[in-house]
Parts: sequence; C-alpha cells; structure tokens
Amino acid sequence: MRFIFKTSYAQDITLARHGGHVFWYGLLGVLLVVAPWVVPEYWLAQLTFVLIYAIVGLGLMLLAGFTGQFSIGHAAFLGAGAYTQGVLANMGVPFPVALLAAAGLSAAVGVVVALPALRVKGIYLGIATLSFGFIVEEVFARWESVTGGNAGLHVKAPHLFGVDLGSSEAFYFVCLVVAVLSTLGILNLLRSTTGRAFVAIRDSEISAQSMGIHLARYKTLSFAISAALAGLGGALYAHKLSFISPDQFNIIQSIDLLLLVVIGGLGSVHGAFLGAIFLISMPQLISLSKGFLPDVIGQAPGLQGLVYGLVLIAFVMFEPLGLYGRWLKIRTYLQLFPFYRKGLFKRQKSFTKSDRLR
Amino acid sequence: MSDLLLSATDLSVRFGGVLAVNKVSFEVRRGEVFTLIGPNGAGKTTVFNLISRIYQPTAGSITWHGDGSALNLIDQPPHAIAALGIARTFQNIELFEHATVLHNLLIGRHTHSGTGFWRELFFTPATRRSEIAAREKAEQVIELLDLQHHRDAMVAGLPYGVRKVVELARALCTEPKLLLLDEPSSGLNVEETNDMAFWIADIQQELGISVLMVEHDMTLVSKVSDRVLAMNQGEVLALGTPREVQNDARVIEAYLGTVDDVSSLRRVA
Repeated sequence: MRFIFKTSYAQDITLARHGGHVFWYGLLGVLLVVAPWVVPEYWLAQLTFVLIYAIVGLGLMLLAGFTGQFSIGHAAFLGAGAYTQGVLANMGVPFPVALLAAAGLSAAVGVVVALPALRVKGIYLGIATLSFGFIVEEVFARWESVTGGNAGLHVKAPHLFGVDLGSSEAFYFVCLVVAVLSTLGILNLLRSTTGRAFVAIRDSEISAQSMGIHLARYKTLSFAISAALAGLGGALYAHKLSFISPDQFNIIQSIDLLLLVVIGGLGSVHGAFLGAIFLISMPQLISLSKGFLPDVIGQAPGLQGLVYGLVLIAFVMFEPLGLYGRWLKIRTYLQLFPFYRKGLFKRQKSFTKSDRLR
Repeated sequence: MSDLLLSATDLSVRFGGVLAVNKVSFEVRRGEVFTLIGPNGAGKTTVFNLISRIYQPTAGSITWHGDGSALNLIDQPPHAIAALGIARTFQNIELFEHATVLHNLLIGRHTHSGTGFWRELFFTPATRRSEIAAREKAEQVIELLDLQHHRDAMVAGLPYGVRKVVELARALCTEPKLLLLDEPSSGLNVEETNDMAFWIADIQQELGISVLMVEHDMTLVSKVSDRVLAMNQGEVLALGTPREVQNDARVIEAYLGTVDDVSSLRRVA
C-alpha cells in the first residue's frame, strides 16, 4: 500500500501523483508511440478505433459520469462531427480547421440540446435525448444536398500542408495526439473549479446551487464539452471509415456509447479508455469464439446483442463501478496481499438523501 | 453602516391550500446568533428556503444589508445568494457524497476560485495559483473544525456526526457574512452537540459571522442564541432572549397545549 506524504499544495494538484504514475504512463506512452512499427496493420486499425471511441467516451463520461446527465442520443453529436468533417474535407478545407469546425458545430448542437435538458431530468432527459437522436438521424437521411442522404457520403483522405495523413500509420498518430490532448483537457477541468462544479451538480443539485453554482450554465457547458468531444471523435471516425451514412449514427450507436461508459466505469477518466477497449475488442472475441461454439449457437443471428446485454446486466448487478472499479479492487488486493478483507469496498447505504431540486 | 444584516417583512408563502409562512417579520443583526424555534411544521425550514431562494414568497420581502446598501433578495437568482455572503446547511445533510471531504470544501470555494473555462482547460499559472489559494483557505477551516483526520475520506463512508461537521465546514468555506444552520444538532449525541455549541460560539465571536439557525435542542439554543423567534403554524409567536421566549405563555401553549385540552380528554368515571 502506498501512502503519499504530502508536503505542499502543488503535490495535491499535480496529475502524476507518484513515481509509479510517471513510470507506467510513460511506458504506456512509449508503447503507443512505437505501436505502428510493431503491431500488425489490422490491429493498428483496431487501436485507432479504440482511440476514436475513447475520445467520444471521454465526452459522454464527462456528461454522464461527472455531471450526472444521461444522454441516449449521443450518436447524434458523433454524426454532426462526422458530417461536418466529411463535407468540409470534400470542399478542401485544411484538416485541423475542419476538425475544429466539427467540434465547434457539435458543441453548438450540444448547447441547443441542453436548453430542454435544463428543464427535465432523469428518465425524462433520457427520452428527450433519445428523440433528439432520432431527429438528427432523420436530418442526415433527408438533407440529401449536403449529406448525400441514405446513399452516404465519401470522405476524402485528410491532408495537412501537403502531407497525406490518410495512411493508417499517419492517421493513427493524429488520433493519438487528439486523444492525449482531450484527456489532458478533461483532467485539467476536473482538477479545477469547473470540474468540481460538475461533480457537485451530479451529487446534489440543491446544495450545488446554494454553493453559488449556476446550474443552467454548468449543465449547458457540460453538454457543450461532451458534444464537442463526440464531434471530434466523429470527425476522426469519418476519415477512418472514409464513408459515412445515417445508419452509422442510429440508436444502436448511442447505446454502444452508453455501454462504453457504464462498462468502463462511470465517474472515471480511465473508464472511457477501458470501455473503448471493451467495445472494440468484444466483437472480435465473439467472432473468435464462434469457431468453438456449436453451429446452433455460433451461427445464430443476434449473438452479439445477447452477449452485450448479458455483460451489461452482469456489470450493473455485480460491478456498478465498471472495469475501472474492478481494477481498483484488484490493485488493492495486490497491494495489501495477504491482508485484503472481503468487505473493504462495501459501501454504506445512506438513507439521508432528501428530495432533489424540482 | 447600520447593524442590520437581513430583514424579512411580512413574509408569506402558500403551497396550494397550506399557508406555510404567514406574515412573518424579523431582523437579523450583525454579529448575533438568531434562532428560529417551533414545533414541527411551524415553517422554520420554509423561511430558510425563502432566504436561499429555493422557494418564491407569495408576498412580503427579504432585504439584505450585508454590502452596506439595502438589496432586495427576492430579485436575486438562487445561485447568486452564496456570492452575496449567505451560506447554509441542510436539515438532511446535502453533501457531495462521491467526493472527498477536501473536495466538498473546495466546492464551497466556488464563488471565490473560478478562473474561467479556457484557463482551466489549459490549467494556466493563474488557475494553479487559485487552486492553491482555495486549498489554503479550506485548510484553515479544516483546522478550525478538527477535520484533519477525514480530509481525504469519501463522504459516502463517513458517520453522520462527521458529515454534519463537514457540511458546516463547507458552508464556512464560502466565507459567509450570514450562516444559515438548519438543525445543527439533530442526530448528534450530547458530546457532539457540545462541540457544535462551542463551534457556533467560535464562528460568531472569532470569525464575526452572524448565524441564523433552526434548532430544537433548547439547551443548545439558550447556550448560544442572542435572540430567539418562536413560530407555530407559519406565524410568529414570540421574539426575545431565550429566557423570555421560553417563558412566553403562547410558546408553552404551542408546545405543551393548555390545561383545557387535557381535561377534555379525561375519561369521566
């Protein structure tokens, strides 16, 4: 067990808390940088998708995990970013400009969604964002002059100062840089006033308000940041697939994103990455296991949906804190070995919660 | 500067058919501990919720004199109250459960420590300085209320008595001029109640913060209060020193009933 003896306030604020952090995250960084030279092409593509989904997941994590506002229509923001990027890239707009525009437009859409979201909460917010998702999907399908409708839209390869970023190695690095910068941005927000205001709203709106937190402003901000990150992810997604169509941004995609944050672990930044790894590797694992299963099960349609459903139910019942929560327990077990107690992580139930703000 | 801090005039609020607060007027002076007492349902917490702008009064006004000039509190949005210098605690404890004690206190610094979204996104030196300043202030409050032991503990795992103190600490972190305490001693044992009385006196005398509190424990009330307002069914019964109010005939009637009431219940043999 590691005890950190704090001797300055700066130590309390710093991102890397101790030598272990520096070492392990440094090692992870090195591995990610050398990956294109050691990992086969196919796995590099999967790693790129993990990074893209992690960026989107970070956004939804901020909204659902840290601000307590659930969105069941997050694919709409992903789509808004993807189509903005697609249209701008095809017009020849430089890649970084298009990327910023995609994030900006998604953020603007996020602000629009936040307006009704300020008035409803819980299950009603879920319904509102769900229907918003359907509306946006319909817009993608019907606005044919811009989006190409159901026929889809081909996206040209990204270029920057004459350099082709379309190769899988180059694009992997683009995604890596965006993912690292987004993570740092989110971590910075979370260790300052803005992030604490989000957490305050999640845990008790009424006392957040009496601490001087402007609920409407911070909820809108959370929606905007979340949508901007989804837009960034969407823009990268559009380039990675180089073809987008409305059905990629339907309800299934939204549910996948929700699955990502819940299984990753609500309320943890790590959870966005762990959830993304889960979301990308799960179909692979299922298709690998098909070979070992009897044909009746292995070839049955809907196997993936069934497995996803079971996994989600299992997580909600046995590990509400997700993969990251499980990791914390494993880590504590190893650190305390052989003194780990079974009830160590048992949370006390509290019955002192009063009504939420109406 | 007058010695008036907050004044409520003919305050009324109606929820459907219930007149929860009926023409209540009182004044809180600078540096005093002013206590609201009364049986359950008297409208004490409703008065608190009117001051912290969670409820909108049906009639009447609340004026804030904290900044030297009279300010109509009813015109202010709920989130602006903390910045004016009014902090509160809640009867049922409303802490941020899934955050540490230090985090809760830092949220209390919200109105003092923000450096804006873009600066915080890049964590500029200004943000770093503001974060350190917020921690220094929080540490002073931790020192005052002896919370060192619980600094990095999650609130969700803390016992009730400690949570009560954490909530007080969080309110103090906003650097209020007026502190609203909703039943500070409810759920505390005798020892913890004595600590609370001690701290309330400290807050009043050392920090110079005025306190408006709702309390049932008359020992605590008489120990710390300068003036007491007794309420029943939304109306003011009596106002004065703790001793005066305790001996007021109407107050005794509200709590204990009258002799007639009892005699009517007596079974005739």
